[in-house]
Formats: sequence, structure tokens, C-alpha cells
Amino acid sequence: MSTTIPLQARLPKTYKITSMKRETEQVTSCTFDVSLGSRPGQFVMLWLPGVEEIPMSVANDDGKQLTVTFFAVGETTKKLAGLKKGDLVGLRGPFGTFYEWKPRQKLALVAGGYGAAPMYFTAREAAKDGCTLFIFVGARSKEHLLYLSAFKKLPRTTLYISTDDGSQGFKGFNVQLLEKMLKEGKQALTIDQIFACGPERMLKAVSDLSFRKKILSQLSLERYMKCGFGLCGNCVVDPLGIRLCIDGPVVKNDLARKITEFGKYHRDELGRKRVL
Amino acid sequence: MLHLPRMTLSQTILGVRFSNPTVLASGIWGITAASWRAAARVGAGGVTTKSLWLKEHRGHVSPVIIATDHWTLNAVGVPDAGIEKAREEIGDYQRDPPVPLIANIIADTVENYGKTASAIAKLKPEFLEVNISCPNVEDELGKPFACSAHAAAAVTKAVKAVSGKIPVFIKLSPNVDSIAAIAQSCAAAGADGFTVINTVGPGMAIDLKSRMPILTNRVGGLSGPAIKPIAVRCIADVYRATDGELPIIGTGGVMTGEDALELMLAGASLIGIGSAVGYRGHKVFSLVCAEMETWCKREGVRKIGEMVGALKDVQHKA
Repeated sequence: MSTTIPLQARLPKTYKITSMKRETEQVTSCTFDVSLGSRPGQFVMLWLPGVEEIPMSVANDDGKQLTVTFFAVGETTKKLAGLKKGDLVGLRGPFGTFYEWKPRQKLALVAGGYGAAPMYFTAREAAKDGCTLFIFVGARSKEHLLYLSAFKKLPRTTLYISTDDGSQGFKGFNVQLLEKMLKEGKQALTIDQIFACGPERMLKAVSDLSFRKKILSQLSLERYMKCGFGLCGNCVVDPLGIRLCIDGPVVKNDLARKITEFGKYHRDELGRKRVL
Repeated sequence: MLHLPRMTLSQTILGVRFSNPTVLASGIWGITAASWRAAARVGAGGVTTKSLWLKEHRGHVSPVIIATDHWTLNAVGVPDAGIEKAREEIGDYQRDPPVPLIANIIADTVENYGKTASAIAKLKPEFLEVNISCPNVEDELGKPFACSAHAAAAVTKAVKAVSGKIPVFIKLSPNVDSIAAIAQSCAAAGADGFTVINTVGPGMAIDLKSRMPILTNRVGGLSGPAIKPIAVRCIADVYRATDGELPIIGTGGVMTGEDALELMLAGASLIGIGSAVGYRGHKVFSLVCAEMETWCKREGVRKIGEMVGALKDVQHKA
């Protein structure tokens, strides 16, 4: 009997933490000496034994090591941030779809908040394929900007920075910067795809912009994930009824635009609609 | 080319027509009208809602579902937003239902089973399925009603009193001394049919290095391929105990068309598919149907209903 989801995605296995790195006051990166073969945009389940298991996007998986980067905002992420090298954490995954590009494409990458972590993974892999990158990193304020120095080190990369409060870079949203570039620059004619990861309002703005400009885009949609292999149904979206742990999180814009709840509401852990 | 005769997978059960015997089992995928429609699109002949509560009920802390090739263990903990959401979603679905809807209900007391059934029956699902057998909420609710003939009958009576013409299926637990005795007790209380079985156990899995139970709830209900022989035995027991007069939705470990046919021989009219959605993907419904059809054509079975309860008895017992 062939199975569609591999065992490593259905049963968590514990690994020792190889290193913990504090990125900002609230953001921590946690690395393991294991690869799950994750692709940029996919997510994994992190299990703190005896506490809770939570979904996290992959910030790096280079075939030897896997890194997740997270905001310590909830009870479990705060506990995770307090762990040290050698502590055991369970991993399950990777899950879902990932960003797809062709070698030497021109890509605009839009990252909001901690969306910068998976977007850095995407940028690094796309750079290996000779892609030219225009990266739009945005956050509430400068202390929430992530991975800036790492982005700067990538080849064929132009970095645009924005903050809501203007404490660093452009004062406003990263999508405004992207729109400006598409309007003013000659790049608009040659951008092959836009990839976006961040808050849903940002994603909706990217979706609308790329639809208007007729540029292909791929968006990472976050929904409440429990099992990750299509059983619990918590990540279904209206009106298609598809499960975003399988058909997402990265969706192409033509699919995103068929998801009528996109940009409007999502379902909580009880399946109740929650307006964004 | 070999000419194979036509055969039909459709049946009419208690006045409801099902285009094929596969049914999305409760607790899997189906938390919204859109997801029931999506299951119908990929071939499910019927769909079952997740267990519906009268009021909001929170589930367990993740991990809540884990699996190997042989089994799936779940302690989702029956989360639900309560009756308002059920009204919205079932109302939406029933305006234009692609396949029959089975509304699964759950409660903490006999009285609340009656209240929930009364509220859900007004939404006119084709069947009501009564979950009295969830093994992963025992810490909260105590031993399931399905573990006592008396309690199971009391719930059946309370639901039947308010369900009008909607057939009531009682979902039984395999984790009992005599499932036959429980079924007979429910039948005497007016049950119109049974869903056999809920998950087995509960079971437990431990992570070696951390020495922790993997499920935060420690234990969970066992499903998947490993439980199929238990489902087959339970279905055969219930079918015999009720003289084959009450339809059975057979659920437990079905992965393939031949698995489905085995449960049908034991006495199931409809086949619940749950964990296999994880094992074979959402196309499992159409795959199982195609496999059933191929087998039936090859063996000269013209109507799928011919298989129901066609189990032969052994002639010699040791």
C-alpha cells in the first residue's frame, strides 16, 4: 500500500538542538543537525515533549541542518525560546506546497514580519539557481526587521526596507514600495514572479497588485494547522473545502483568488469563522 | 476484449439513495459545508459531519493525531463551536446537497443528547449519527455511554423522542464485552441503524528519547488498517444480533475496495472512510469505488446490495 505522506510527517521524532540564536529581542532561531528535505515555503511541526506541538515555517534546510525562526509570543514559543543546546525537540514534516521558480528568473520577494525567515530560505535557494532577486522586507519597526544582513550577502539581490513607523527605510508598507518599483522602473516588464509571506492583509495587497499587473505570484497562506496530513480538517478554506496543509500553504494567485475567505476571515481551532 | 456486465454501486438505505457505499467518516476533514462538498466532489457517496455539540467544546492540545503505516492514533478531543455554527454550515450544505448528509452529534448527558438531537434534526440531515463511543474524552466525560447497554439505550430513547422521521444511527464502541448486547439494547430503544465501530483502545505511543507519551492527552483512539479485523467482527456480531434488520455503516480500517467489500459481507450497507484519507489522499473515495466495481464485475455481482450480510457460516467448529 503506497502512502502519500511519509512516516516522518506522521510521527514526531525527537532531536537534540544544535544551536540557539537570538535574532532580536523576541525572535529566536533554533537549529537541528537533521534535514527533513524541506523546500522553501513548507512548514514543520515542532513538538516540545509534554507541552505542545506547533506549526512553524522552515527558515533553512540545507540537506544537513534544519532551522526554524520564531517569535516568542505564546506560552509554547516562550518555552521553546528558553531551551538550550542539547535539549530534545520533536520534529514532524515537512508539510505542504513550496515556492517554485525556474533558473535565472527575476523574482520579487515580499516578506512581512517573521515572514522574512522563510523568505530568506527561498531567496537563498533561488539565488543558487541564478535568479535575480528584488526583496521587500517590511516590519512594524526596525527592531522587528529580520535577516537584513543575510539578505544583503546574496548575489544579484536588491534589498528594499520599509517600516510602518519609519524607524528604518521607507515609512509605510513593503507592498507600496513594490508597487512604486513596478510603476517607475523598467523591472515591471521583466519580473517573472512575486513571492509573498507575511500577514494576510499584506498577502491580499500582493494578490491584488499582481492580478492587476498580470504578474504571476505565489502566496503563503496561514491557517490553523493541527495534523498536517489532511485528517483533522482544521485548515479547510471556503468555498473550495481544500485543506491548506496539503494544497497550501503556498498557493498560486489564481487559486488564492478562488478562496473567497482570503483577506476576510479564517477558522479558529473550533472551526468558527474569525474576521481578520 | 472481455465484455463485463454493468453493475451498480448505488443503494437506497431507509429511503435515502446513495450513489455509492463510501461515506466520509465523522471527525475527518468535514468541519464546513465546503469540505463536505469537496469530499463529494472526490467521490464520497455520503458525508458525515464532525461530532456536533450543543455548546462550544474545546479539543485537546497538539499533538492530536499521529500515525504509522499500520495505525492512526487520535485524541483530537471533539472540538466544535456549537449549535450556531452547525446551523450555518448544515443550512448552507442542505440548500444544494450533492450527496446525503449524516449529522453526527455528541453530548455529555442523556438530556443534552436529546437537546442536541432536537436542534440538529430541525436542520434536516438525511441521518442522525449519535456518537456515544469516543474513547479520548474519558477524562472529561467518564466511560462512554456505549459501554453500558442501559446508558446506550437511554441515549437512543432520548434522541428518538425528538428526531421525528430522521433515521437514528447509534455509533458503537468496540471496547466492550458484548457489542451484540449493546446493539440489541439500542434496537429495543428504537435505533434505526448502527455505525460500527468507533476507534479502538484507547492506545498510547511513547517517544523513546524524551520518554514522553507523544499525544498530549497521553492516550487516543486507534484507527487505520490495524483495526479492520476488529471492525469486521463487530459488524458481524451486530448484524447477527439484530437479524440483519437494521442497516449498518461499517467503519474501521478500510483502505481498499476489497476491504470495503469484506465489511459489507459482514453486514455493512455503507462504508465509512476516515484514516484512509490520510493514507491514500482525498481520492480514496473514488479509488475504493473503482476497486469495488472491478471486483464485483469480475465476480458477477450486479448490485452492490447483494454483498450486504452475505457472509456464509462455517460448517465445522473445532
